[in-house]
Amino acid sequence: MTVDVIQHASGDDAERTRMVWFAGIVVGLLALVPLIASRYALSVLILVFYFAYVGQAWNIMMGFAGQLSLGHALYIGIGAYVPALLWLHLGMSPILGLFAGMAAAMLIAAAIGWLGFRFGIEGVYFALLTIAFSEVARVAVDHIPFAGGAGGLFLPVPAANKATVLNLDGGPLLYYYITLAMAVAATALVAWLARSRHGYIWRAIREDPQAAETLGINLFSAKMRAILLSAAMTSVAGVVNAFYYRNLFPAQSFDMSRSLELILAPIIGGLGTVLGPVVGAFILTPAGEALIAVTHRMGLNAPGTKGVIYGLILMAMICLKPEGVWPWIARKLRLGDRA
Amino acid sequence: MTLLAVDGVTKRFKGLTAVDAVSFAVGNGEIYAVIGPNGAGKTTLFSMIAGALKPDAGTVTFAGARIDGLRPDQIALSGIGRTFQIVRPFPSMTVVDNLMVGSLLRHTNMSTARAKADAILARLDLFSQRAKLARELTLPDRKRLEVARALATEPTVLLLDEVMAGLRPTEVDRMVAILRSINAESGTTIILIEHVMRAVMALANRVLVLHHGARIAEGKPGDIVKDPEVIRSYLGTEVLD
Repeated sequence: MTVDVIQHASGDDAERTRMVWFAGIVVGLLALVPLIASRYALSVLILVFYFAYVGQAWNIMMGFAGQLSLGHALYIGIGAYVPALLWLHLGMSPILGLFAGMAAAMLIAAAIGWLGFRFGIEGVYFALLTIAFSEVARVAVDHIPFAGGAGGLFLPVPAANKATVLNLDGGPLLYYYITLAMAVAATALVAWLARSRHGYIWRAIREDPQAAETLGINLFSAKMRAILLSAAMTSVAGVVNAFYYRNLFPAQSFDMSRSLELILAPIIGGLGTVLGPVVGAFILTPAGEALIAVTHRMGLNAPGTKGVIYGLILMAMICLKPEGVWPWIARKLRLGDRA
Repeated sequence: MTLLAVDGVTKRFKGLTAVDAVSFAVGNGEIYAVIGPNGAGKTTLFSMIAGALKPDAGTVTFAGARIDGLRPDQIALSGIGRTFQIVRPFPSMTVVDNLMVGSLLRHTNMSTARAKADAILARLDLFSQRAKLARELTLPDRKRLEVARALATEPTVLLLDEVMAGLRPTEVDRMVAILRSINAESGTTIILIEHVMRAVMALANRVLVLHHGARIAEGKPGDIVKDPEVIRSYLGTEVLD
C-alpha cells in the first residue's frame, strides 16, 4: 500500500501557519453548526466526528507505524462495555469509567503487541492476530451473564430531572460537542505526534524496519507505543457507543464489520497524514447517508443495492486517488500536512 | 589504541561457511578497508559487527565491551553506524527527514536535531536536495544519503558497505575527500568494504583481504597490492602496472 506524503520544506512554515488557520476556522464554524442544524444533520455529523476520531486512532498504528490492525472493534467494545458495566453495577460516572475501559483496552493491546512484535508476526499475519483477539472477545462477552451475554446490555435512560452531564446523559446536542471535542483533540494530538520524535520513529519503521533499527530505533518498543496509544484512544470511542446509543450487543460491538468501517476514512482520506482521517470521514459518512436518500427516492429497494453502489464509489476513489483524497486537496490548496 | 576488536568470528549458512574465524582489530581514528572478491563474506562480517547477524563463534568487542549478540539498535546506540550495500532510504520521507531519524538518536530537541541534519547534508553535498523525497534521488545521491543518515547518528565507528560503487571517478574522489575530512575533523573511525581500489588506496591506513570467508592478508595498502596471494585471488595481474 502506498503511504504517500505531502512535500514540505522551504515554504513549510508558511504552509503550516495557513494550515492552523484553516483548521481553526473550520472548528469554529463546526462549533456554531448546532444553532442552525436539524437533529438529523447533527446525528450525521456525530457519526462524522466519531469516524474521524477512531480513524485518527487507527491511523497512528497503520498510517504512521505501519502496523495493520483489523481488530480495532475490540478496543471499541472494551471501551464500551467496561464503563457501561461500572455505571450499571456500581453507579460509576462514565467519565471515570472510561479510564478503566482505557486501562483494560491497553492491557489487551499489550498482550497482542507482545505476541505480535516479540515473535515477529508481521503484516497480514499480525492483522489476523488482531482479528482473532476481537473474535475471541465477542464470543467471551456472549457468555458473561453480568455483561448481558448475547442478549445485550441496556443502559436505562434516566428521567429528565435526574439526567446529568456527569453521567453523559443527553441527546444529539451533547454528543455533538463531545464527539467534536474528541475529533479535534485527536487531530491536534496526531499533528503534534507527527512532528515529534515519535512521528519520525514510526514513519521510519513503517518505511524500512531494518534500516530504522540500524539507526538505533528499538522496533519492539516503538511498535508497542503505537498499539498502546491507538488502543487507549479507540477505547474512548466505546464510551460514545455505549452512552449515546444506550444498548450494547457483543455481536455488534465486536463484529468484524466494526473494525472494517473505521479503517475506511483514513484510507480514503490519506494514510499517514494528519487530516486524512478527518477528510475521509467528512466524505464517507455523508456519502453513505446521501446514498440512502437517493436510492430510496429512485425506488431502488432491492437488498444490497446501497452496499453495491457504496462499494463502487470506494473502488473509484481508491483507483483515482490511491494516496488518499487529502494529500491531493492539500497540494491544490497549498496547505502543509507532513506524513 | 584498539577501538573495535573482532576475534575469531565465524558465520555458517547451512553447509557454507561465509565467514571463517576472522580476527582483526581497528584502532581509534583509523581508516580500515576490507576487500575481497564477491562472496568473500565481507557484508556478512559487517552484519555481525552491526548486530544484524549473530556470529556462530567468536567475539566482537567495542570500546572494551562485548557487543556480539546485541540487537542492531543497541549497537547503533553504543556508537556504531552502518550503511547498506543495497541502499535502504526511507523512500517516501524527505531527504532531511531521513537524516532526522538518525539525528534524533542523540538529540531530543527537534530544532537541534534538524540543524545537525542540515549540517551533515551540507557536508555530503545534499543540502539542495533536502526537501526531495528519498525515492526521487539518483543512485549516487542515494549512496550519499545512506552515508549521511549513518553519520546523523554521530557514530564513533562508521561501517561503509561499498558506498563508492556506481559513482563516477570524480564522484569517488569527492566521496574520498568527504570521508577523509570526517575522519580528520570528528575523529570518526571508518571501516569500509570497497571494490574501488582507487578509493581504498587513497583512504585506508590498513587493508584486510578476505577470500572464501577467510583472512588471507592484512597490511598497508601499498604492501597489499604487491602481495602475490592477494593478486591471485582478487586483484588480478593488471593492478601491478
